Amino acid sequence: MAHSPPKIPHPDTLAVHAGQSPDPATGACAVPIYQTASYVLPDTDTAAALFNMEAPGHVYSRLSNPTVAVFEERMAALEGGVGAIATASGQAALHLAIATIMGKGGHIVSSASLYGGSHNLLHYTLPRFGIETTFVPPRDADAWRRAIRPDTRLLFGETVGNPSVDVLDIPALGALAGEHAIPLLVDATVTTPYLGRALDMGAHLVVHSATKFLSGHGVVIGGVLVDGGRFDWDASGKFPTLSQPYEGFHGMVFTEESPVSAFLLRARREGLRDFGACMAAMTAFQVLQGLETLHLRMPRHVATTAIVAGFLAGHEAVTRVHHPGLATHPDHALAARLYPAGCSAILSFELKGGREAGRKFIEALALFSHLANIGDARSLVIHPASTTHFRMDDAALAQAGITADTVRLSIGLEHPDDLVEDLARALRASQK
Amino acid sequence: MNFIVQGYPAYAYTGGRPFDPAQPAVVFVHGAALDHSTWQWQSRYLAHHGYSALAVDLPGHGRSPGALRTSIEAMADWVAAFIEAACMARAHVVGHSMGSLVALETAIRHPARVARLALLGTSAPMPVGEAFLAAAKDDSPAAFDMQTAWGHARQVALATSAIPGLTLAGASRQLVARSGAGVQYADLAACHAWAPSPEAIRALAVPTLVVAGQRDQMTPWKSGQALAREIPGARFVALDAGHAMMSEAPREVLAALRAHLAG
Repeated sequence: MAHSPPKIPHPDTLAVHAGQSPDPATGACAVPIYQTASYVLPDTDTAAALFNMEAPGHVYSRLSNPTVAVFEERMAALEGGVGAIATASGQAALHLAIATIMGKGGHIVSSASLYGGSHNLLHYTLPRFGIETTFVPPRDADAWRRAIRPDTRLLFGETVGNPSVDVLDIPALGALAGEHAIPLLVDATVTTPYLGRALDMGAHLVVHSATKFLSGHGVVIGGVLVDGGRFDWDASGKFPTLSQPYEGFHGMVFTEESPVSAFLLRARREGLRDFGACMAAMTAFQVLQGLETLHLRMPRHVATTAIVAGFLAGHEAVTRVHHPGLATHPDHALAARLYPAGCSAILSFELKGGREAGRKFIEALALFSHLANIGDARSLVIHPASTTHFRMDDAALAQAGITADTVRLSIGLEHPDDLVEDLARALRASQK
Repeated sequence: MNFIVQGYPAYAYTGGRPFDPAQPAVVFVHGAALDHSTWQWQSRYLAHHGYSALAVDLPGHGRSPGALRTSIEAMADWVAAFIEAACMARAHVVGHSMGSLVALETAIRHPARVARLALLGTSAPMPVGEAFLAAAKDDSPAAFDMQTAWGHARQVALATSAIPGLTLAGASRQLVARSGAGVQYADLAACHAWAPSPEAIRALAVPTLVVAGQRDQMTPWKSGQALAREIPGARFVALDAGHAMMSEAPREVLAALRAHLAG
């Protein structure tokens, strides 16, 4: 028998309202910027209760802040999670996720197709702290399975890889993670909860760079970590940081305190407290300004990207275009299944004439900004092999789906005709 | 910590302090398909302020194994047995929603075991809608959504959470979704089938507090008020909250409990 669930607010409404009541102090309608480091404690008993987690509330803005909390709750609502923690950057969110569930001796299996900064953290930096990562081609299901070891504590990938634009098979990887009683963490920066909710697809944890499409205007650095509350840390038995007493907080057993938010409790009470990579109130305000129009911006980003991809695919100076919206892309069917409204406003392509043509192309563009970012209202261009991914050798680049000729575009909110004209002119210049 | 109750291990959260039978004890009883963690804030505070907090997981819920008790009366007998198993003559008993019925029945059936009684989000009787019961019977996720939507103030996701960074509806839904197959239905059916005895309620001699949420969609505040009028000497408090008042208004619920337990 079919059962109709009660009506709940649509994502568009959540993007505007979730997590925010009118300000209790002033009635302010817009989110107030609580630009304060700390909060007055009315009496010693309340103070002790707040510090000891006997009462919820704000103590110190490294741990929580009312403006930041609105962003956290809005993201948790949009993703369908139980809660979220905002961080100083997307990198901080990824680090917080990893450091909360493993330490020395931990092992991660990750997609090889990653943002260069994430690759740096996993490949170069975390091994220094005893955490190893095995990188696998994201489309090779057997490689994921073979790479899982007894000490593996996490599977990780990007919903849509940057810059290779491959689509992660979240349902399959979520199931694989479940078989091994470990969580699947995904970086959903490129898709945002508007194009697809990774937790509903089978992921357990989600990170974003809020710098990108969430804020949408290229004005802030921020990140967020969302917990789906679906992973059973106790049943797994592999996560003593959550299921065993923590001496750093009066012997608290986080899964006893709350089975569904144990991860977030530890991440806030240890990770934010000790590593300190919190989000500033002003940053949260600016991200929220962008988030309020996420549902208006993403369809436009995606629609214009489809036009640009089609134009590039038909251009004689272009040898290959990587975008899941094109029927020639190996993940075309998967993308249509997971992201029916479109999955990416970034695309990459290879140009005839190699590096020199690439240099001419980028320098001839007038409308596209040449910079290291994605998800801006402005359209952006970069040559990954010499910038975002320059630490990678050729083999690692190939694993990440990048060649020396790859050019990445992030399509903004300008009129598509103007973007196509700019690209057409620069493509001509590249071949001279 | 774990106790042995009616032959099975029974888990109770003690609020971050070791259980001390010498202190006055407060037993917290959760609602349908939920567990001890719904009392996180109130139990942890009281455990650090002169009480022994024991937020139980009923059999077949959370960390307590054993067969589900399929009637409110059987759950009440289990709570009385729990108080005895914890080597206490009596305890304050605080219940929410289904747990409020269990607490009330414990006081009716085992009056010597209950020092003070607090009933939150309550109604006597507590009929459950046909569509909700049918969805729960089929273990449909729609039943989790119904409990989440009606179990909070309307559109709770659109308001600032009392617990910074946590979305109350999302957390509550995942907790219900974790309950084993058939648990939600068994609990809701027990609520639906429970037939209160007006005479027994009017004969209660236990000091009682009834706490209602003015925005409660599941047990409207007037139902709580009506029950409070039937219980001799009962106090009635209405808060600006929905049914899940322990997380929607954690401070206000605690303040009401503290005043009541202090006598």
